[in-house]
Amino acid sequence: MALSKTDPVATRPVPPAPVQAMPRRRGRVSRQRVRAAWLFLIPMLLVLAGVAGWPLLRTIWFSLTDASFSDLTSYHFIGLENYLVYDDGAWYGVLADPVWWHAVWNTVFFTVVSVSLETVFGLVIALTLNMQFRGRGWVRAATLVPWAIPTIVSAKMWGWMLHDQFGIINHILLGLGVIDSPLNWTANPDLSMWAVIMVDVWKTTPFMALLALAALQMLPSDCYEAAKVDGINPVKVFFRVTLPLITPALMVAIIFRVLDALRVFDVIYVLTSNSEDTMSMSVYARQQLVQFQDVGYGSAASTVLFLIIALLTITYLYLGRKQIGGDA
Amino acid sequence: MSAQPLVSRRKLKRYVGKVAFFFLIVAILLFTVFPFYYAILTSFKSGSELFTVDYWIHSLNVGNYASVLGQQSFLDSIWNSVLVSSMTVLIAMLLGVTAAYALGRVRFRGRGPILMIVLGVSMFPQVAVLSGLFEVIRAMDLYNNPWSLVFSYTIFTLPFTVWVLTTFMRQLPKELEEAAIVDGASPVVTLFKVFVPLMGPAMATTGLLAFIAAWNEFLFALTFTLTNDQRTVPVAIALITGGSQHELPWGTLMAASVIVTVPLIVLVLIFQRRIVSGLTAGAVKG
Repeated sequence: MALSKTDPVATRPVPPAPVQAMPRRRGRVSRQRVRAAWLFLIPMLLVLAGVAGWPLLRTIWFSLTDASFSDLTSYHFIGLENYLVYDDGAWYGVLADPVWWHAVWNTVFFTVVSVSLETVFGLVIALTLNMQFRGRGWVRAATLVPWAIPTIVSAKMWGWMLHDQFGIINHILLGLGVIDSPLNWTANPDLSMWAVIMVDVWKTTPFMALLALAALQMLPSDCYEAAKVDGINPVKVFFRVTLPLITPALMVAIIFRVLDALRVFDVIYVLTSNSEDTMSMSVYARQQLVQFQDVGYGSAASTVLFLIIALLTITYLYLGRKQIGGDA
Repeated sequence: MSAQPLVSRRKLKRYVGKVAFFFLIVAILLFTVFPFYYAILTSFKSGSELFTVDYWIHSLNVGNYASVLGQQSFLDSIWNSVLVSSMTVLIAMLLGVTAAYALGRVRFRGRGPILMIVLGVSMFPQVAVLSGLFEVIRAMDLYNNPWSLVFSYTIFTLPFTVWVLTTFMRQLPKELEEAAIVDGASPVVTLFKVFVPLMGPAMATTGLLAFIAAWNEFLFALTFTLTNDQRTVPVAIALITGGSQHELPWGTLMAASVIVTVPLIVLVLIFQRRIVSGLTAGAVKG
């Protein structure tokens, strides 16, 4: 992560490290500053506790009850029955529900495929934008367009482009002779997940491209000149020099995207609604909570999703701890 | 003699490379811009024109725009979105800049854990707090009220704002502050008189990103509002329906999409350099 600040607009994507300590001789001033710091932090911490901490605890608590969405005031404690219970010769609960496991698989498949594609496309765009050519500013501006469009709007736009009867994608594919009959992209179980992935890749590739570009622009140019003088194949230079150098910055972007993709909700909900073929963990949990009014069961699913993401986050923070502590 | 063909071959190779590069750029432009262009194209079509595929805009039929803007509920949802997004940004900025000052400029015990909490909250899956938050909102009597969204959106705007502003705050030279301390300025004065003016660009960046995030949010908006007049734009668009799946009014749908997207695209294009710096500092998806 030893990227120097050669580009004034691009700061490196590492967590903030503290400033240097003030000289110790100003003990009274420093005590006053620490007190002020806590006063500054308390409002933020209170809001975070109210909007995140407390609701999370309540969700975990609800997952141990039979609460219903229509009336959250009367419920009974039922232990872990929402998670897993053996009753009359069969297992029940979220962890015994094949639909839940299908949702887990969908989410993992979606995350792996779309983040991989985004990384590859993002790198291609970033490498292109890193070249000198006329109109580069315009192309860079154009790549920001998908990022700026609300997810709901992009899902609807693509829903129209993928329309089985009047969609332009089927029209193009038919015209090129790739398919003989129109495909029902969003309803066909074999295709609908790919339709979702297509929309997500389109929408989030710009993010990857911009982060990769920022990393590329901070690379020292001297080793490239050396490689050019030596006549080394540019492809080789990319895999031997460029890729290893930008990997740390790229990893940060990939991890953020992975954590984001694991909680995917809106694109799936809008493009294919509650279809089991594309249902993600978040869609499953919300369906139980709101549509089926089963707050206990839905909260159990939410809690499992939270635990999965928390585990990944903690792993990431643990691995990245050196980085955060390193600057301190 | 033999040098002559060699040079022309090299020239040819360069020419081919240039053409290939040109096609790569065209492909990138098509990939990024075509879907939105196609939405605009569709929004200008009316009735049966929708059922033929076109690649160019033939007519500028504004009927779809008129019908969308003629619906009071759509105007309501635009107003709700503006209100929710700007209030969310205002709150996140106020709480964020004070917290960022404490986290970025003062050395004290517990700073590391607080940064961890902030980062942790930014990774919360929204659905994990849905039922708990629903209860809180019911208790505050804010259900089916845009203010419930102003409150709940701080779960993602606040951690992001704190994180990015802390990064920027840390980069300012420490001499600034030392001068203020020598002059006997209190921390509040130091923050608002010395740092906030210098943080203008950073705050504009983070504010813009937070605004876009709030403008685009869907899950909370879908769950915490019920009636047409309280909804925000993404929910209003998602819930535009016709008689059935095949009767969706695609023309008006695309017109509504273009209306709510164009301001965002204009903002993003104006502030593109800032946005790139904000994204790389925060490494979050907008």
